[in-house]
Amino acid sequence: MIYDIEYETMPREALEAIQFRRLKATLDRGYASVPFYRKQFEAAGLTPGDIQCLQDLQRLPFTTKQDLRDNYPFGMFAVPMENVVRIHASSGTTGQPTVVGYTARDVDTWASLMARSLMAGGATRGDIIHNAYGYGLFTGGLGAHYGAEKLGASVIPVSGGNTKRQVVIMKDFGPTILTATPSYALHLAEVADEMGVSFRDLKFKYGIFGAEPWSENMRGDIEEKLGLVAVDIYGLSEVIGPGVAMECHEAKKGLHIFEDHFIPEIINPETGEVLPYGETGELVFTSITKEAFPVIRYRTRDITSLNPEPCICGRTMVRMNKVSGRSDDMLIIRGVNVFPSQIESVLMEMQNVEPHYQLVVDREGSLDILTVMVEVSETMFSDEVKTLQGMEKEITKNIKDYLGVSAKVKLVEPKAIARSQGKAVRVIDNRKI
Amino acid sequence: MRAEQISVFLENKAGRLCEVTGILAEAQVNIRALALADTSDFGVLRLIVDDTEKAKEALKKAGFTVGKTNVLAVEVPDRPGGLYDILNLLQARGINVEYMYAFVQQSGSNAVMIFRFDNTDEALKVIQEKGLRVIDGKTLYGM
Repeated sequence: MIYDIEYETMPREALEAIQFRRLKATLDRGYASVPFYRKQFEAAGLTPGDIQCLQDLQRLPFTTKQDLRDNYPFGMFAVPMENVVRIHASSGTTGQPTVVGYTARDVDTWASLMARSLMAGGATRGDIIHNAYGYGLFTGGLGAHYGAEKLGASVIPVSGGNTKRQVVIMKDFGPTILTATPSYALHLAEVADEMGVSFRDLKFKYGIFGAEPWSENMRGDIEEKLGLVAVDIYGLSEVIGPGVAMECHEAKKGLHIFEDHFIPEIINPETGEVLPYGETGELVFTSITKEAFPVIRYRTRDITSLNPEPCICGRTMVRMNKVSGRSDDMLIIRGVNVFPSQIESVLMEMQNVEPHYQLVVDREGSLDILTVMVEVSETMFSDEVKTLQGMEKEITKNIKDYLGVSAKVKLVEPKAIARSQGKAVRVIDNRKI
Repeated sequence: MRAEQISVFLENKAGRLCEVTGILAEAQVNIRALALADTSDFGVLRLIVDDTEKAKEALKKAGFTVGKTNVLAVEVPDRPGGLYDILNLLQARGINVEYMYAFVQQSGSNAVMIFRFDNTDEALKVIQEKGLRVIDGKTLYGM
């Protein structure tokens, strides 16, 4: 079923007319209200009036995550705070996350996009949605929640964690749709199994999984273990949150980008050149309906390609393929974004600890395990074991406090971390995604 | 009156101890006493050697993290209650033992114990007041 049949199945010509009208309004607003965007126009020697067709968007400079950080916390907001009704933030470098705001209309737009997404993923009004995305500053929980209510389904706001209790709820309440990160979904199945509850006997029909990369193999694994149809959802808080693009359960072959709200481009991450449909590169978004936090040519760092072929589900919106990687060194650990530089900042802020480290990511069962190996330098070394263990604990705690991710900290000998051409290898990702 | 001990950080994996002793052998350093404290991930090897500087240099050159700590080598009467008398005395003065281990050689009819106290100065005072012999580094390395 299709939630917004008029827009989701709109012929391309009509869609492009709407896109251009909305783009113009966004550019005018950005230019008038956000000093950063005005400077971007000026740097390119343009004014919004110079953008006369959709292709002209390519003449504008890109916006990067660093630009958002430079304008921390509210510098990118295009409306006064009295019009902002919601603030979310994604994990960033120590003490400096990326902050995004929403007007009442933005929240409503987002809820509609999530309602579209949930329905594309198989949900209807009659469903009970077990929403195990984390609630809070992270956009996952509240995004799915508002979408479920908009759709008219019943939502269980269970959030992440407390897994055994979740299993009891799943057994007793009989939810039919599961929304979670794919790794947490597998973890739920394992815990259910330990508790003697067969996931396959529960009432789940569809699972809507996102916020971290997952492969076709993992889809097969989840569908087999959980006894449901697993579909992929995509989004990022800078653009709006989950609900930027959604896979339809009919085809399960790429995610429809809601192009009446976001204009996607694929670029060569090295040169910035725009690539044609089908070619793989970095995904770039321009929001065209957002009021509080418009983004113009925002570089997501996600690597994928676009597929314009018609889809069996009837939606006309272009599909992005599953994200295959990143054009930077960001890791996603159990749904949390982690940059090696953040770990480095945590270490640098500690006395005596030198930032000689390596991150090792493994997947044990279905959960991501982050191990932070820290070389023991002479300044941090002690002849007492308890002092060294205390240091391990302190690093673990600081990483948890600053990044919100649990890591196992392991002290290692100075030469233990492999160096290639004198440069330390900072990340070893052993996950098979 | 203090003795120098070197400590070496080791990952808890096969062959590490062997490598350290190999490096010391190569450098012609003789180990006088040693103790190993370990966790599931790592260990700290503590050594009294006949040439502290030489041992430290050799290990550092091989890439190990090496520390130097002052410890006390105390003669402990080799009879029942010998160690108890000393510890009891120190406890009464609020001094704690971080760790201790035995020296290989005896000194006359006494055993020699290596102590690392939380307050080395105070411990030294108490032990000497009691009339116990503390063996200085130079003598110890050559014993």
